[in-house]
Amino acid sequence: MPGRRSRLNLVNLFLWVLGGGILALAAWGAFLTLAQGRITPSAWQSLIVSGVALGSVYALIALGYTLVYGILFMINFAHGEVFMWGAFTAFFAASALNDAGVIDASPVFAFLLVLLTAMLVSMVVAILLERVAYRPLRGAPRLVPLITAIGASLFLQYTARGFYGSGVRAYPGFGLFGGTVEFGPLRMPLVDLVVILSAIGLMFALYFFINRTRTGRAMRAVSEDKDVAAMMGINVDRIIVTTFAIGGLLAGAAGILYTLLFNQVHFFMGFLPGIKAFTAAVLGGIGNIIGAALGGMALGILEQVGPNLLLTGYGIPSANQLQDVIAFTVLVLVLIFRPSGFLGRKENT
Amino acid sequence: MDRLMRRALITGFLGGIAGVHVSLVGMVDSFQGRDTIADVVTLGSMLPILILLLVGWRAASPMRSAVLTPSAGRSLLLGAAAGAVTGLMLAALAILVEVVNLRWILVNATPGLAEILQFEQGQVAGSLILIVGGALLGTVGASMHILPSAVARALALGFLLSVGTALMEPFLGPVLRNLELDAIEDIFFAGGGLTPIGFILVFAATAAGIYAWLTRGHQARERVAAMPADRRRNAKLVWYGILFLLLLALPQLVGQRLSEVVGTVGLYVLLGLGLNIVVGFAGLLDLGYVAFYAVGAYTTAVLTSPVSPAFAPGLPFWGALPFVIVAAAMIGLMVGAPVLRLRGDYLAIVTLGFGEIAKVIFLSAWAQPIVGGAQGILSIPSPLPFSNHPQSIYYPIIFFCILAALAATSLASSRVGRAWNAMREDESVAEATGINTVRYKLLAFGLGAAFGCVSGALFAAKIGVVFPQSFDILVSINALALIILGGMGNIAGVVVGAIVLVGLPELLREFAEYRLLIYGAVLVAMMLLRPEGLLPNRQRRAELHEREDDEDQYAETTGEETGRPVVST
Repeated sequence: MPGRRSRLNLVNLFLWVLGGGILALAAWGAFLTLAQGRITPSAWQSLIVSGVALGSVYALIALGYTLVYGILFMINFAHGEVFMWGAFTAFFAASALNDAGVIDASPVFAFLLVLLTAMLVSMVVAILLERVAYRPLRGAPRLVPLITAIGASLFLQYTARGFYGSGVRAYPGFGLFGGTVEFGPLRMPLVDLVVILSAIGLMFALYFFINRTRTGRAMRAVSEDKDVAAMMGINVDRIIVTTFAIGGLLAGAAGILYTLLFNQVHFFMGFLPGIKAFTAAVLGGIGNIIGAALGGMALGILEQVGPNLLLTGYGIPSANQLQDVIAFTVLVLVLIFRPSGFLGRKENT
Repeated sequence: MDRLMRRALITGFLGGIAGVHVSLVGMVDSFQGRDTIADVVTLGSMLPILILLLVGWRAASPMRSAVLTPSAGRSLLLGAAAGAVTGLMLAALAILVEVVNLRWILVNATPGLAEILQFEQGQVAGSLILIVGGALLGTVGASMHILPSAVARALALGFLLSVGTALMEPFLGPVLRNLELDAIEDIFFAGGGLTPIGFILVFAATAAGIYAWLTRGHQARERVAAMPADRRRNAKLVWYGILFLLLLALPQLVGQRLSEVVGTVGLYVLLGLGLNIVVGFAGLLDLGYVAFYAVGAYTTAVLTSPVSPAFAPGLPFWGALPFVIVAAAMIGLMVGAPVLRLRGDYLAIVTLGFGEIAKVIFLSAWAQPIVGGAQGILSIPSPLPFSNHPQSIYYPIIFFCILAALAATSLASSRVGRAWNAMREDESVAEATGINTVRYKLLAFGLGAAFGCVSGALFAAKIGVVFPQSFDILVSINALALIILGGMGNIAGVVVGAIVLVGLPELLREFAEYRLLIYGAVLVAMMLLRPEGLLPNRQRRAELHEREDDEDQYAETTGEETGRPVVST
């Protein structure tokens, strides 16, 4: 049918014009900003460092989305809430340790202890989520688990609100990792360094787990083909639970790292990082583990640098207010131009 | 220990978790201020009571997988055991809250909570009451399996409806007073709930009514079915006429505050009908529906308000409406075009992003010269210039609701509606049969956007001001939750959903704080137990239960149970 074909092309044309227009605007904005030279090199440097720190948190959350998507082909909408529960746990654990004087005595031990608690609680939340909200619906029409996920997300959010109160709780300056470190010309806050190193360490651990252990191999098999994997004697249900558990562990770690960066917890804090981490996962190619890690970093940098680089040139006031818009625009552009992401497999979309 | 008993104990444990959860989120405490039955049971204690009844009922229900049905005496025992476990957990919670100070973590773990749970009888007596009372209530719940099915259903539903009536006191009380029926109000209602006599009367009446319907209802239905077609249609028209007159008279009947609430419900009916086209008919999960609502509201505000910041043409509402529709179509295409090729979950998250972008832009300093930033736009005129009565906005809302409902009904049964059905069920097959999915997706987005924008325009006119804060993600979630509760793809379902999820929380202040918690639970529970919604559309029901029907058929023809497959296919 020639008529249909031409109309589809019209849509494609529209999308290309839209995407190309946005890219051209961004490029021209960057040029204007650089030409005006309003932002000093050291300011760029600190923006990039904080972008990498934020990006490594996004990357840890994004890994949870990607792992679950790789196996179940569904987006775990409530993953941001798993992260939020980890952050709250970290907050209470840190407060308790602070009262007991452990933080002052040995900060590194205290940090590891808090990290472990937060990861464990997030893991339990993720496992419960899978058991209650997703497992009974396996094989239902696509829309059904998606709606359940939204419901579970609301439920977890407002349970946290009821349990812990609706206000913002601020970390009472524990003095955990204050100060800055210097590498030659590069100066960065110690917190950022701790966050980046912890995230990279966890990612290597995950990479090792997926590629070198028996369970990791089973996970890869299940994500290739569930039925065949089941025939090979793999307990598919258990592998799915394991996947959720690992996603939960990483989200819990992201929770404490995020609170280290921003020093506060709130029941709604999982929403935006959740969506942005999803964007990061799509950016890298959903279902791809390295893609999620790199996508997270890229999005973090883009979010910190982007508003200043792309928008201030146009004289837009308070460009940082629009940083969420940048993240979502990236998501839309990626989905238009390269829906499988930068490292993803083609058939995923 | 056999399987039935083990399941009963697990049920009791889960009930205990539920009880601990509602206690710790603060529901029990904040519901305490109102009575269900005046001076006998508060709303706060009603929660554990309902949980215990449910636990007992569930513990004694027949086991589906093993085809085990407990005997009568056994049922009661199982119910009692499950109820006792739940009671024990609540008692343990109360003591824990009293002994350990957890308030720095759990803001609701107060001594006050412990006192409510222990019925203000102290630790020992309170715990005993909880455990023994739990066992008793569990037994009552379990006894529903022993009674004849019609009796059990009549009692259970009658009880729930009576509790519901008590909950509705803030609505029914003023209505009765408004109609100058103070005498009836005094007999039935007191302390924010029903009086003991009122409760008994309502319970007896509803239970008897339901029993009559269950035992004799089929006769009435047969008589209706036996009527000649034209008479049936006439009867239907008469019903619609009565309903319409009732709608017109509603603001006069219920008074000013309640007609405000009815107006809000109407706005959400409109939103729900629009979202229903996108999600229910076309199967495209749009989580950024609030963007359309916001665009409609802001377009109206900019065009009609005399004080809008950038330019103020000061059009009347009806003069602005065509522009609102044009804006709707444009924004619908703008949102629709990029997401055309995306599958379900991607679509959901991208539209979610669009909703957030809309809010961020309206709030930003960049757009402030046109839409006023955080200050918003004030003094938007009412659509009916000759009447300054606050209730007058009600009529345009009703008008658009009826218009939208008619449009949605005729769309559903048209060629377009069938194309959407096909697309929702299987996109590739739909395309293979010659349906232009691009066109129909854009059409769904455009129509959905139009409904949403009109609702937004009415919202702006109703409250007279627009602020960016009014347009957050929760509007989308509200609209989604109400079409899912009511039944996707069904118009009556949208109305019921809007009344339950939007109207009730407006009326019941106690619930307002837990609204979204309850929405979340409703969404999950509906998807697990009844994905087709309260008032299902027949076709959707068939779609959602396809697999079970297949299994049942298999079992019928071969006499074998298939069991649930472990792996999805």
